[in-house]
Amino acid sequence: MHHIRDVAVLAAILVPVFTAARAQSPEAPPDTMAERVLACAPCHGAQGEGTRDPYFPRLAGKPAGYLANQVIAFRNGRRHYPPMNYLLEFLPPDYLKEMAEYFASLNPPLPPPATPAVGEDVLNLGKTLVTQGDAARNIPACVSCHGPSLTGMEPGIPGLLGLRPNYISAQLGAWRYGTRTALAPDCMQIVAGHLTEADVTAITAWLSSRPAPENRRSVPKGTYALPFACGSQPQ
Amino acid sequence: MTRKLIPSLRAAAALALALLPGAALAQNGAAPKSNGDLIAKGEYLARAGDCIACHTAPEGRTFAGGRHMPTPFGTLFTSNITPDPETGIGKWTADQFYGMMHTGRSPDGGLLYPAMPFGSYTKVTRADSDAIYAFLMSVPPVRQPNRPHDLKFPYNNRQLILGWRTLFFREGEFKPDPNQSAEWNRGAYLVEGLGHCGMCHTPINALGGNSESQAFQGGLIPMQNWYAPSLTSNREAGVGDWTIEEISDLLRTGVSRRGAVYGPMAEVTYNSLQYLTPEDTRAMAVYLKSLGQEPPSPATSTVPRAESSLLLSLGKTVYDQHCAACHGAQGQGKPPHYPPLAGNQSIQMSSAVNPIRMVLNGGYPPGTAGNPRPYGMPPFAQTLSDNEVAAVVTYIRTSWGNRGAAVAAAEANQLRSAPLD
Repeated sequence: MHHIRDVAVLAAILVPVFTAARAQSPEAPPDTMAERVLACAPCHGAQGEGTRDPYFPRLAGKPAGYLANQVIAFRNGRRHYPPMNYLLEFLPPDYLKEMAEYFASLNPPLPPPATPAVGEDVLNLGKTLVTQGDAARNIPACVSCHGPSLTGMEPGIPGLLGLRPNYISAQLGAWRYGTRTALAPDCMQIVAGHLTEADVTAITAWLSSRPAPENRRSVPKGTYALPFACGSQPQ
Repeated sequence: MTRKLIPSLRAAAALALALLPGAALAQNGAAPKSNGDLIAKGEYLARAGDCIACHTAPEGRTFAGGRHMPTPFGTLFTSNITPDPETGIGKWTADQFYGMMHTGRSPDGGLLYPAMPFGSYTKVTRADSDAIYAFLMSVPPVRQPNRPHDLKFPYNNRQLILGWRTLFFREGEFKPDPNQSAEWNRGAYLVEGLGHCGMCHTPINALGGNSESQAFQGGLIPMQNWYAPSLTSNREAGVGDWTIEEISDLLRTGVSRRGAVYGPMAEVTYNSLQYLTPEDTRAMAVYLKSLGQEPPSPATSTVPRAESSLLLSLGKTVYDQHCAACHGAQGQGKPPHYPPLAGNQSIQMSSAVNPIRMVLNGGYPPGTAGNPRPYGMPPFAQTLSDNEVAAVVTYIRTSWGNRGAAVAAAEANQLRSAPLD
C-alpha cells in the first residue's frame, strides 16, 4: 500500500513540472545562417575567424567555391576528419553551399602574425618558395595560384594568410602523403609531392608570419591565369 | 502512379484488407497499370527498404555496392545490385530476386550474410518484391566486380550461417493481424519488413542475431557505439505518449516537437524515411505507438551519492554556460529545432551512451524536404573535460522531472574514442 501511495505522491510532484515545461510556449531560434552554423563556432569561431586551437582553420573570407568543395568533400568522406565527416554527412549539398557562402561573406580581422621559431635562412627559403618557387625542382611559386598578395581567387583558390603554422604544415603534409586529395587534376597533391619536409617547415614559417594585407578579399575569377590546370578551379 | 490516385487506392486497399484479412498489403494496392508504374512503385519501395544506404559506396555509383561494412566478425563489402549482367544482378529473374529477399539465398543457392536484412525482407510480399526488382532492372548498369569479404577465421566459413539461420531466421511473409486496422497493418508491414527497424532496435547477442522474444527492445549497435533505444519502452524511444503527428514528423522530417533524430537514425531519415508518403509514416507511427506498453523500470546509477551531488552542481554551471541558450534554462528547448530536454526519453534511458555522445560530438539532424536547413548542435569534446561532460549529462538526466541516473567521468572518457564514421 505504501508503495502505491509513494507513487501517487511522486506523480503529484512530477506531473505539474512536466505540464509547466510543456505549457510555456518556447520561442523559435532566429531564422538566420549565423544561428544555423553555431555548431561550427567552438572550433572555427563565431565569425569563422578561427580559435586558439592551432589545428582548426579560419573559414571567414575564404572563397565560397573553395569552402563548398571542402564541406562537400568532408560530407562524402573524400577529405577525412571524423568529427567533420560526422557533422556534415546528412546535410544536402545545397545547404552546405549556403553555409560556405555565409562564411565566405564574413570578414573579421586576421589574427596577429605568428613569430617564426626558425632561423633567418629557413625564413628566406620559405619566402623564395612562396614568391618564386624552384623551377629546377618543379615547384611553382605559391603566389602563381594563390595570388600576389596570397588572398586567393574566386571561386576555388583559398587565401593562405591568417592560418596558424600547425594547420599549414599539417595540410601540406596531408597533401604530400596523399591523405588529403581534391578533384582531378589534383594540383595541390602534385605540387606538394615535390616538397621536402624542410620546404614545408620553411613555407609554413614564412606564410604564418606575414602581416595582414590591406585588402584581404579574394580577387575575382580570371584576375590572373593559372600556370596549370586545377580540378578545384574550373577555367 | 500520380499522387492524386493514392487516396482512392488507399481506401480501396483498406476496404480489401478489412474484408479479406491476409489480402495484399501494398498501399498502392491495385496492380500497376504499366511497367512505368511498376518501376515507380519499386523505386518507392526501394526507398522504404533503404537499399541505397548500404549498396552505394561514398562517392560511388548508385547501387554499385562496394561500401565497407565493419562488423565484429570482420569487414563485409556490399554487392553490386545494378542490372550489369556480369558484375551485378542483370541475369537474375524476378523469381530469383524474390527467393533472395524471402529466403536469404542467392540464385546459386549460396547463403547471404545476415548483414543483408533478409530476416526482415522475408516479410515483403511477392508483388512488392517484383516492383523492387523491376526498378533495379531499370537503373543504369554499372560494371564493378564485387569485392570479396574480409572476415576473420572462423567467421569466413559460410557454413556458419546455417547455424545462425537455425537460431534466428524465421522465413515467411508478413501476416496481417485481422484485429487491427489497415493502417496499423501497413505500419507493421513497413516497420518489420522493408524498414528492417529490428536490425538496430532489437538487441544483438554475441552470435550477431536478433532475438525474436526481445523484438524492438533496443540495444547497443555493434561497431558504432550508439544505443538504439527500445521501441517498446516508454522510457526510451517508446512513443506511447507521443501524438501520431509527432512520431510521423520525427520519422519523415528528422525533427519534431518532442525530439530530433541523431546518430545512425539520421541516415535512415535522410536516405529512406523522408521519401515516404505522409500516409506511410503515419501508418508506421500508429504501429510504433501501439508497441509502447512496457511499464517504466527505475534507472539505477553506480555513481556514489556524494559524487553525484558534486556532479550536479558542476553540471548546472556547465549547462547554464553552454546549453541553456538553445535548450532553455528549464530544458524546454526551442522545438522543433532545439529539442526539449525536460521529459525527453532519449536522455533518461538507462544507457547514457547517446546523451554523452551528443554532448561530445554534437550533430545536425538530417536535411530533409520537410526540414531542408536544419539547426545543429556544436561538439563539446574539445571544450569540456570528462568531468564536465559527466556533470552536465548528470544534470540534464536528473533535472526538470527527468528520472535518469548519474553518469561517471569514466563513461564520458570511454566514449571520446567512439567511432564517428
